[in-house]
Amino acid sequence: MESLSNKKKVLVSKPLNLAERLYLPAIASGMATTIGHFFKKPATIKYPEQVREFSINWRGMHSLKRDEQGRERCTACGLCALSCPAEAITMIAAERKNDEKHLYREEKYASVYEINMLRCIFCGLCEEACPKEAIYLDGPIVPADYLRKDFIYGKDKLVEAPLEVK
Amino acid sequence: MEIDFVIEKFILVTAIFAISLLIAMYSTYAERKVAAFLQDRLGPDRAGPFGILQPLADGVKMFMKEEVIPANANKWLFMFGPGLAMLCACIGTAVIPWGQDMMIGDRLVKLQVADINVGLLYIFGVIALGVYGVMIGGWASNNKYSLLSAIRAASQNISYEIAMGLSIIALLLVTNSLSLREIVAQQHGWHWNVLYQPLGFIIFMVCAFAETNRAPFDLPECEAELNGGYTIEYSSMKLGFYLFAEYINMFVSSTIMAALYFGGYNYPGMDYMAELLGPTWAPLFGTLIFFLKIFGFIFFFMWVRWTIPRFRYDQLMNLGWKGLIPLAIANIIITGIVIAIVNKF
Repeated sequence: MESLSNKKKVLVSKPLNLAERLYLPAIASGMATTIGHFFKKPATIKYPEQVREFSINWRGMHSLKRDEQGRERCTACGLCALSCPAEAITMIAAERKNDEKHLYREEKYASVYEINMLRCIFCGLCEEACPKEAIYLDGPIVPADYLRKDFIYGKDKLVEAPLEVK
Repeated sequence: MEIDFVIEKFILVTAIFAISLLIAMYSTYAERKVAAFLQDRLGPDRAGPFGILQPLADGVKMFMKEEVIPANANKWLFMFGPGLAMLCACIGTAVIPWGQDMMIGDRLVKLQVADINVGLLYIFGVIALGVYGVMIGGWASNNKYSLLSAIRAASQNISYEIAMGLSIIALLLVTNSLSLREIVAQQHGWHWNVLYQPLGFIIFMVCAFAETNRAPFDLPECEAELNGGYTIEYSSMKLGFYLFAEYINMFVSSTIMAALYFGGYNYPGMDYMAELLGPTWAPLFGTLIFFLKIFGFIFFFMWVRWTIPRFRYDQLMNLGWKGLIPLAIANIIITGIVIAIVNKF
């Protein structure tokens, strides 16, 4: 049948000609290719000593951010938990006391904030949903562990280290 | 038979044996490194600086493994196979002339273990024997894969031995001698046989690849179809012997190619060097050149292995019977005609 798209290619397998039957020309060109690679720089990264750099849009372990004064930005609105397609985030909200103003930026904060790293799919939707710019997936690879309970990361692992006050 | 003659030969044999084992050992390392470099990788680099202790680690691993002899295997032949493979690999170097006669004090030392006048035939016989290790091991394992592999090895070696023998006959027409010592001595300076027998050399080299079961002719031990072929039931140091024998064979083949076609210890400007270095050190320098040639061939073996895919079985047989044998016969006829003309005029 005639080809309508005009893209059809008819392949014919011809018998090998003399040069192809001798194998030697093809072998020589193959060997030239491989010896070219002999002098190329290896692509290997020696892992434990060298670590490959993450790309700029890499999404790794979450971190809960602080503002310029070192106060936690999270206001426990729950949008991240709501947006999470894997149901990995839970939190318990609490009201800020008067003497905690230097710790939390908003009047409401998360007293418990947990992410189950086994559920998390690192899609970054929590990052997009957050109105307070409080959560970012800018960490390294989540490390391996032995027990399921150890993959539930609380605030102790997620909150950024406090700012150094000089 | 004087005692100092025995001592001299004993030292020579020990040295050659040790050197060929050492080279085979580091061929395994070199193979992995070459493979890595050809594939833009680094290769083993954890054991010692640049992974230089890797062969030792591999050897220790081989020794420590459990030794398994299958219940239905022929126990004695099963043990005999790897031993024979190793033996045949090791005795091939006995007739190689490693260098010119060397003066130590006022004693003339031949750098050759046995100067027999049919050295070439001896080597040919040893190479032909080598396949029995594979055949016996493959049959004694009582495993269909290894039996198939043994059959493949046998038919492949027989097919390629014919072409190899024919290519050597053309060489004999040029050299008029079967003694390796004389063949190498004739190639003084740059009169290497490869210049007179280029086609014969290519045929010989292809056959050498097939005889050592190296890629692209490694059908007896192909992983994909035969699960490793004749080594499938072997473990521990018996497996180690088979793998090691392959590398010694590669070394011996490289040696033979370097000696027969690439001048052995001869190099251009050797007369000048002989005057410069004196009768003790000049032959050693020639030996060094010889080993450089051998290493070049070993590298070539590896380069080919990591470039060319394995032949299919029918392609292998086609190449052997329809390609190489007619070519080798044509080479003999042309060589004969040329020599007849040259001798006439």
